[in-house]
Amino acid sequence: MPDTLPFPPRMGSNAGQPLSRRDGPLKVTGAATFAADNHPEGMLYAVPATAAIARGRVTGMNVAAARAHPGVVEVYTPANRPPLMHDPDEKLGLFGMRMEALQNDSVRYAGQPIAFVVAETLEAATEGAALLAPEYAAEPARVTAETGERYTPERVGFGGPLSVGAGDIEAGLAAAAHRLETRFETPDQYHNAMEPHALVAQWDGDKLTLDTPNQAIVMACGLFAAYFGIPAENIHLRSPFLGGGFGSKAVPTGAQILTILAARELGRPVKLALTRQQMFGPVGHRARTWQTLRMGLDGAGKLTALHHHSTGATSSFDDFIEPAAAASRTLYASPAILTTHDGIRLDTGTPGAMRAPGEASGSAALEVAIDEAAEVCGMNPLAFRLANYAEVEPITGKPYSSKALRECYEAGAKAFGWASRPLAPRQMRDEAGMLTGWGMGTAVFHCPMFPASAEAVIRADGTAVIRTSGADMGQGAWTALAQIGAAALGLDPDQVEFESGHSHLPDAGVAGGSGHTASAGQALHNAGEDAVARLAELASTDPASPLYGTGNAGVLARRGRLYARDDESRSESYAEILARAGKPQVEGTGKGARDPASAETYALQAHGAVFAEVKVDPELGQMRVSRMIGAFAAGRIINPKLARSQYLGGMIWGLSFALHEEAIHDRRTGRIVNADFAGYHVPVNADVPEMEAIMIHEDDPHVNVLGVKGVGEIGITGSVGAVANAIWHATGFRPHRFPVRIEDVLPSLS
Amino acid sequence: MKSFDYIRPASIAEAIAAAAEPGTAYLAAGTNLLDLMKGGASRPDRLVDITRLPGLDGVDRLDDGAMRIGTMVRNADLAHDPAFARAYPVVAEALLSGASAQLRNAATVGGNLMQKTRCSYFADPAAACNRRSPGAGCDARQGENRSHAILGWSENCIATHPSDFCVPLAALGAVVEIAGPAGSREVALEDFHLLPDETPERETALERGELVTAIRLPPDAAGFAAHSRYMKLRERTSFAFALVSAAAFLKVEDGIITEARLALGGVAARPWRSKVAEELLKGAALERRTFAEAATAALAEARPSGDNAVKIELARRISIRALLLAAAGTPSRLPALPGSPLSSQYGDLANA
Amino acid sequence: MTYVLNLTINGAAQAIALDDPRVTLLDLLRERLHLTGAKKGCDRGQCGACTVLVDGRRINSCLTLAVSLDGVEITTIEGLAEGETLHPVQQAFIEHDGFQCGFCTPGQIMSAVGLIGEGQAGTDPERIREGMSGNICRCGAYHGIVEAVLDAQATFQDGVKRKTA
Repeated sequence: MPDTLPFPPRMGSNAGQPLSRRDGPLKVTGAATFAADNHPEGMLYAVPATAAIARGRVTGMNVAAARAHPGVVEVYTPANRPPLMHDPDEKLGLFGMRMEALQNDSVRYAGQPIAFVVAETLEAATEGAALLAPEYAAEPARVTAETGERYTPERVGFGGPLSVGAGDIEAGLAAAAHRLETRFETPDQYHNAMEPHALVAQWDGDKLTLDTPNQAIVMACGLFAAYFGIPAENIHLRSPFLGGGFGSKAVPTGAQILTILAARELGRPVKLALTRQQMFGPVGHRARTWQTLRMGLDGAGKLTALHHHSTGATSSFDDFIEPAAAASRTLYASPAILTTHDGIRLDTGTPGAMRAPGEASGSAALEVAIDEAAEVCGMNPLAFRLANYAEVEPITGKPYSSKALRECYEAGAKAFGWASRPLAPRQMRDEAGMLTGWGMGTAVFHCPMFPASAEAVIRADGTAVIRTSGADMGQGAWTALAQIGAAALGLDPDQVEFESGHSHLPDAGVAGGSGHTASAGQALHNAGEDAVARLAELASTDPASPLYGTGNAGVLARRGRLYARDDESRSESYAEILARAGKPQVEGTGKGARDPASAETYALQAHGAVFAEVKVDPELGQMRVSRMIGAFAAGRIINPKLARSQYLGGMIWGLSFALHEEAIHDRRTGRIVNADFAGYHVPVNADVPEMEAIMIHEDDPHVNVLGVKGVGEIGITGSVGAVANAIWHATGFRPHRFPVRIEDVLPSLS
Repeated sequence: MKSFDYIRPASIAEAIAAAAEPGTAYLAAGTNLLDLMKGGASRPDRLVDITRLPGLDGVDRLDDGAMRIGTMVRNADLAHDPAFARAYPVVAEALLSGASAQLRNAATVGGNLMQKTRCSYFADPAAACNRRSPGAGCDARQGENRSHAILGWSENCIATHPSDFCVPLAALGAVVEIAGPAGSREVALEDFHLLPDETPERETALERGELVTAIRLPPDAAGFAAHSRYMKLRERTSFAFALVSAAAFLKVEDGIITEARLALGGVAARPWRSKVAEELLKGAALERRTFAEAATAALAEARPSGDNAVKIELARRISIRALLLAAAGTPSRLPALPGSPLSSQYGDLANA
Repeated sequence: MTYVLNLTINGAAQAIALDDPRVTLLDLLRERLHLTGAKKGCDRGQCGACTVLVDGRRINSCLTLAVSLDGVEITTIEGLAEGETLHPVQQAFIEHDGFQCGFCTPGQIMSAVGLIGEGQAGTDPERIREGMSGNICRCGAYHGIVEAVLDAQATFQDGVKRKTA
């Protein structure tokens, strides 16, 4: 490649610009087609029936009543479910999970699909499922820490190590001037994307078209294909828009497999759309954690030891342990750090990745613990964090590829007015008499990349099309990725058609881990550069071209023209070059992936600082976040308008973690008693007053060719702690369990 | 949802005739009924649509000074009726503190009275619930009952009535007008919702086929407009049911309370008016100490029905707050967050 | 039994034969008339994604039986723009990035149009937040939504009133 610097002058134009979403007009007119909006001719409706017990067996169902309901076409139970080519209890690939697809009559969590009704109308399928009235042989539900089975998992998260550390914790504690041990509990949370999981399946011979929201479009085809014994290429998965994903829409689930099966068996397209209630169980969640932090501190307020242990819950039949303690590996300097995990098996659905898996729960605990440590040392929480600032990654000793956290602290604190914060709690009231508190937290998120590929085609008229199977679940991929591709091609985004969102395109990898822009973006960047290089080759080898003899390295690409780098009076348009060469187009390809050398050499992390103001009614304990400011440094920002929305959305998730979200199981039946939006609270508009996201400039030549770290998840980290620490500052009550409830703060009030 | 027959009668008489059969439900906006039908907690065979019946959507001042609200008046329309809101600001505030703008645009005042408890065990057909299925038992009693009743509950049922609107109505002595197969009658709103005792399945005073046609506020109800507030404690800033709530009304002359009304919400299977507290307040000065005594008296009989003892203290405190704010005077404009302590400027008295 | 409903949807009068009284307005629009702009986020009136205007008022179409609406005028997100010209609220949502995934957006926009028509919130951001609290946005675009409502209201109020009158 002639020029490997990201967006050098040659690639000038639009990346970094706050463009509005390219899909905006579709989304504001209702024309954006989400999976459940599809209506192929002759379509049937599928509705799963779900278990009302958490453990045991289904002993009977009134299949006859369901079948007799007008409009019902078929009822599937374990007794008549046609065979699958892959066992739903066998995991597939790194991200595959065990699922329920009517393989037997056992029940392993409440809400599990136990039958599947297909009908001519949604109304008939829904009532058909209700008429099944299952009977059970129930065993006691194990949904509490006391009744669950404690165990030592092999891995945490997606294959992460159980224990990571360096230094001697006990020695560090022994030498400390102050020692602190503090415990935390975080609840079950459910992704609850606004769009419930949906799928429309249509077979044509052994070819399958799937309309379903998916965060890893090409990978998912391979997983779906395995259950039906067809090549992955036979599946055309279309996912132009995801109505939110947050980690829950990457791997197939049982009800989706059954929908495809029903469509094949019945010879008609079938649509599945889970109800909101059915989202609580079979599509993953962020599981409970019980965390302990042990800290040693010297007389100057520096950490001498930091041990973070997390016990994570998973299901009785599969493993996903929240890697919560990992949050403590990279943020604060200490001569001894140890992060450890173990697990508890409960009768719930299997948890999975939910926006900032690990970091969200882990940083909630860590950031409160850090505030407690600051209190023990009599220090301002910001001064304490600066005193323990990690100049290199503590455990590995690696330098950070870039780290503008200090600038985040400064800018956030200044914008918030942190300097006037009284040290002690319960010092501030507003004009209405509300207890007012200020808290902060540090945000951190690692910067993963996934293998991705893309192609770029410059066409005879000088415009281009770029292609990759990316997924836009609201992060703005359609816009930011197009900006990257257009920049690499030396074109305005308006001149670039972006084809994405389905599986018959180069694999864009996973839209997750905040790594989609970096991964698919790098692939598009490389594809664009490749196409430009081919164009430069045509021009510089053609004696009739003004660019003859320049070579690829000798040209700039800008606004649809190539210019001689050392003499911009020599230039030629893409259309002219192609016309003279008699070619309809030139094609470039590109890949994106983490450079192993940079991962080996550098610690790769995005950082931020979040400041929150909380008001607490001094008698009633009702709480509200009144102000929140986050300052983030996450490498290059491709589109500040969309990145701001990602940051603010993440901060709202942090607020929600701190004050609202918790799925509550009935201890006896194991059923979730608040499995809807009336009971499972997420913030409404009135919960979210003033918020601001400040973007701190960060040039990172090491993290990847684009310098992009990712902005999708970091906003939630730090924010939970900031809100919890503000509650302490307002009331003197130190939260150790989330969400913080009125009765928690009440004893600290008058 | 179970299949049902849909009937659209042309008159109240036709409606009542159509509702004579067991398994019939009246359909107004349906915002609560459809919710329950979708979840399977309610499975009527027949819906009698009363939305087109003539004469049920008026808000009228009667000759004796009473205010009559037709059963089909939508929550939002009542709350935004300028004359109504001026005379009964707390009723408007309570209405606007409930649900969402979309639901308030649809839901009717009659439907607000008729809405069911939000006890999750009532809504879950797989759970045992005496209210939904007599004799089945009460899963809430040993279950997740943090938000359940602290007053008037029985071993058979610990559910609460979720309405905000009914709380000030109970305090103001509202009357429910009813039409039925045996003719028309009236029931005090305070007696309209039944406490569970041995028969939690009997939720209201309505007999089969009876229809709420109007709610009437008595002539003296408008006398509290200057000193009244509704306060609602909830776990989200908006669009959430009350953990506890209180409506407080005072008539004040020369700093002395000449008459008081106090009712609590979210604490029992009915809006809970406390005449004991009202008696204590009568003749007293506008002092925090008096309000605290009244609140304590209002909750003297309260006891936890489960893991909800905190609600007793919260109910006491929200009562004091509502009384303090009523004493300070009804705000000239409804606060931005109706019923919320978060938007109240409660000033010196509250900090006393 | 078949019920015949006379509805005016986005300005066009239609006679709709309905063979099942269980059908909600939302499912009528989405599954039978293929007007899929209104979304099903909860089906229980708890999220607002299904918000449409019935006779100019914003309601949750998921909690309304279609059969009981005979004779009304319905406006959905599909009926808001005038040809290629976006409604001011639609335009403002794009400009202020009042959405991310876009799933709740049709409901948010219809709710915002309803809110402006109600005339209760004025220019107080707190009243707009309260008035828009029936529309959940899981992506957390609330900040942009409030900005969009304020902007659309300030710039285009007269036009909006005409539209929703």
